[in-house]
Amino acid sequence: MSLESMLIVAAILFAIGLYGALARSNVIAVLMSIEIMFNAVNLTVVAFARYVAPLALREEIGSVLTGQVFAIFVITVAAAEIALGLGIVFAMYRNTESVTLTEASQLRH
Amino acid sequence: MLGAQDIVFWVLAVVSIVAALGVVVVKDLFRSALLLAVVFIAVAGFFVLLSAEFLAVVQVLIYVGAISVLFIFAIMLTRNVREGNLPNRLQIPAISVSALLLVGMIVAAVNTDWRPIPEAATDLVESAQTQAVSGVAEAGNDGGSTGIAELLIGEFVLPFEAVSLLLLAALIGGLALARSRGT
Repeated sequence: MSLESMLIVAAILFAIGLYGALARSNVIAVLMSIEIMFNAVNLTVVAFARYVAPLALREEIGSVLTGQVFAIFVITVAAAEIALGLGIVFAMYRNTESVTLTEASQLRH
Repeated sequence: MLGAQDIVFWVLAVVSIVAALGVVVVKDLFRSALLLAVVFIAVAGFFVLLSAEFLAVVQVLIYVGAISVLFIFAIMLTRNVREGNLPNRLQIPAISVSALLLVGMIVAAVNTDWRPIPEAATDLVESAQTQAVSGVAEAGNDGGSTGIAELLIGEFVLPFEAVSLLLLAALIGGLALARSRGT
């Protein structure tokens, strides 16, 4: 287990999420793929915090935790995004009876 | 040769990648939501491996506990669950874009000299990260300060407040979206 192997796993997860976000037609599936991408980014941030904390900051005990604080912010934003995204999905489903992305061609109802 | 950490790492890597592939390939939306929970749990395992135990707990609480359940709710409330996860017409462009990006990221990750922390200091970093939650007792301190909390309220107080505003906005936005028309 090294920094590189961690980064490669995160890169693979990110690419899978990107493929899902681009190539699925269901809104909920796209949101799930975006969640995979968020997780990959979190993995990268925490791996960097663990392996390459900046030299100048290394004396302070808090510096090795900066990446984890970043990850907490990312998780918060992702949770808010999912709550709103699913709200929009429900609104769309109420109006068009469908959760297919190509049928969501207008913002008004 | 392989330490216990490496074995756990490779198991988690295989599980997370296979489950993530399942999320984007499986046709049954319900199954892909369950596979998504597997991905979240595997990532929580990675956090433990990276000695970020607090984040692992947060990951399980928020992602596995809340977001997966939200997804399953959303899937059950919309129709066409069994055959719902159809691909669109952009298969080839999507595969090529993500494959190109993947190759680029792997080349960058392997070829860059990251200057990792020397092995000698690794123990220090790990103990610092483990103390992130349990508290760092210092001289002249009553031992109540914890690493992550100190950073959140100290150095990152502005983003912290901004996130609280964001959550309030999301709350109000969710209420506005959920209200039915005309009432």
